[in-house]
Amino acid sequence: MTSTIPGTSVPDPDLELPRRKSGWSLQQILLAAALILPNMILLILFTYRPLVDNFRISFFQWNLSSTRPPLFVGFRNYADWFSDPGTPTIVMNTVIFTVAAVAGSMILGLALALLLDQKLFGRAAVRSMIFAPYVISGAAIGVAFQFVFDPQFGLIQDLLRRIGVESPNFYQDPKWALFMVTVTYIWKNLGYVFVIYLAALQGRRKDLDEAAEIDDTSPVRRLFRVVLPQLRQTTFFLSVTVLLSSFQVFDLIQVMTRGGPLGNGTMTMVYQVYEESFNNNRAGYGAAVASIMFLIVLVITVIQVRLQDRQD
Amino acid sequence: MAQQTDVPPQTDPAPAPEKAEIPRRKHRDPNEAGLGVKILGYVALLIVVAMVMVPLYFILITSLKTHPDIYSDPITWWPNPFAPGNYSYAVSQVNFVGFLRNSVIITGGLTVFKVALGVISAYAFAYLRFPGRGLLFLLVIAALMVPDQITIISNYALVAGWGWRNTFQGIMLPLAGTAFGTFLMRNHFLSLPREILEAARLDGTGFGRTLFRVVLPMSWPTIVAFTLITIVTEWNQYLWPFLIADTDRVAPLPVGLTQLQQNEGLTNWGPVMAATVLTAIPILIVFLLLQKQMIKGLTAGAVKG
Repeated sequence: MTSTIPGTSVPDPDLELPRRKSGWSLQQILLAAALILPNMILLILFTYRPLVDNFRISFFQWNLSSTRPPLFVGFRNYADWFSDPGTPTIVMNTVIFTVAAVAGSMILGLALALLLDQKLFGRAAVRSMIFAPYVISGAAIGVAFQFVFDPQFGLIQDLLRRIGVESPNFYQDPKWALFMVTVTYIWKNLGYVFVIYLAALQGRRKDLDEAAEIDDTSPVRRLFRVVLPQLRQTTFFLSVTVLLSSFQVFDLIQVMTRGGPLGNGTMTMVYQVYEESFNNNRAGYGAAVASIMFLIVLVITVIQVRLQDRQD
Repeated sequence: MAQQTDVPPQTDPAPAPEKAEIPRRKHRDPNEAGLGVKILGYVALLIVVAMVMVPLYFILITSLKTHPDIYSDPITWWPNPFAPGNYSYAVSQVNFVGFLRNSVIITGGLTVFKVALGVISAYAFAYLRFPGRGLLFLLVIAALMVPDQITIISNYALVAGWGWRNTFQGIMLPLAGTAFGTFLMRNHFLSLPREILEAARLDGTGFGRTLFRVVLPMSWPTIVAFTLITIVTEWNQYLWPFLIADTDRVAPLPVGLTQLQQNEGLTNWGPVMAATVLTAIPILIVFLLLQKQMIKGLTAGAVKG
């Protein structure tokens, strides 16, 4: 009769309140239905329905803005995507952006959290400063950073020139354009990783630090042997959430580069979904790319959960 | 616990008998690093501050510079003269007040809706017994794993089919369900002392009274945290409003800002920067006032124990 709730470490609610011998109470069931249904209907209608529908759409050739009915094409959208000469570039852009964003924000975020875990003067203010960009709209940051990276009048070119380096052309050179978008993303989202790591650091067992201190362990050894192992849960959580969110970045690319320069210089898979569905009128093709992305997300998540389970 | 050998006497100001205890002063407390480390710490701190603040400062002064001042080489670090006109231009040229109003309507409406939905459905999952509860809860939180881009095409077709493009309900309804809120609030509700809830139940207290008199008074900090996170998320929402709103009528600030960028960008950065600053300021004020609660909400889901 009892149902167990998977996925959380919170105690089963059945333990909270004594169970009635008579089984279900109709009154409770009706109340629960009334409380749960509105949210449930919204999630089913706007999350699960389109998830399934997207797979259906991916088998059609469909122009969203025309009244002509979709044309069934089987797996052709998928076949087209895999054989398209632009696909390797788009996949590479997505991989480079995601890996750089995850590695960059996790390493820097951890370093900052370790730094601000120390008793330093003014650390509360610095904490707020690092977190502030995270709450600003990605579109606003993207617009502003486009000018920060302006190769002629921007901040970066000026700073580079001061140390005698000619600024790369962040607007025209695809590699540097991708660099610009990635750096902007890390700059904006670092605060999230930092705050989560800092909370974990401050909740860790300080007595272990002291023990290591007394044992005369070198700081580097202490970091790797004492501090980091205690952060494993947090690192796992962050690696999943940061990976998923950076895999899906749309706003920065839309306002900074629109997937360019030179056609697909900063085109990622998410941007391609939008570009094909809403600008090139190939909703079926866009849906196919979205489906492939979803499968990748699913596989990565399963692998990460497996790895985590094996470690515990 | 730890071996207590080879204590260098010169660094140990404690009297000898204490050595049998924990030789605390052998090294300083881990948080009280040596002078050299401390200086390095401050240098690192300064670099971090510069990395965050210099771009923000650059954005702010650019928004206050005249056209020739913006396109000067090398860049100037102080607006000369000040050009607050960028702000009035941004406000008057694009329908800034309209975008602001739309942002407030969308963010306010969605936040009220999501918090209410999150609280009531979490209440059911935490305190009521009904068939399929575990499975239904799993269905709710699994929605967190479904990425936006796989839902937009189908949702767009649905909402457009209803004739809801360029309407507030078209922007808001598809975003109104809450998986995160249900998860967060349910975990919180389960952490409340069970005796109090049991007493309410034995007294025959109904749902409304239990919620408002018993549960909510013990839940405000979590509700505030959830509310703040929702405000930030919805204020910055981009992809969906961008697809649904292609006129000024219902577009929120971030979408309006990109319109201004398209019309003026690369040629007239002053007003674009001014609009960017104006877009960022409301949420920054909310953040500065309530950052503790906001951070609490973020870390609640992430750090356990």
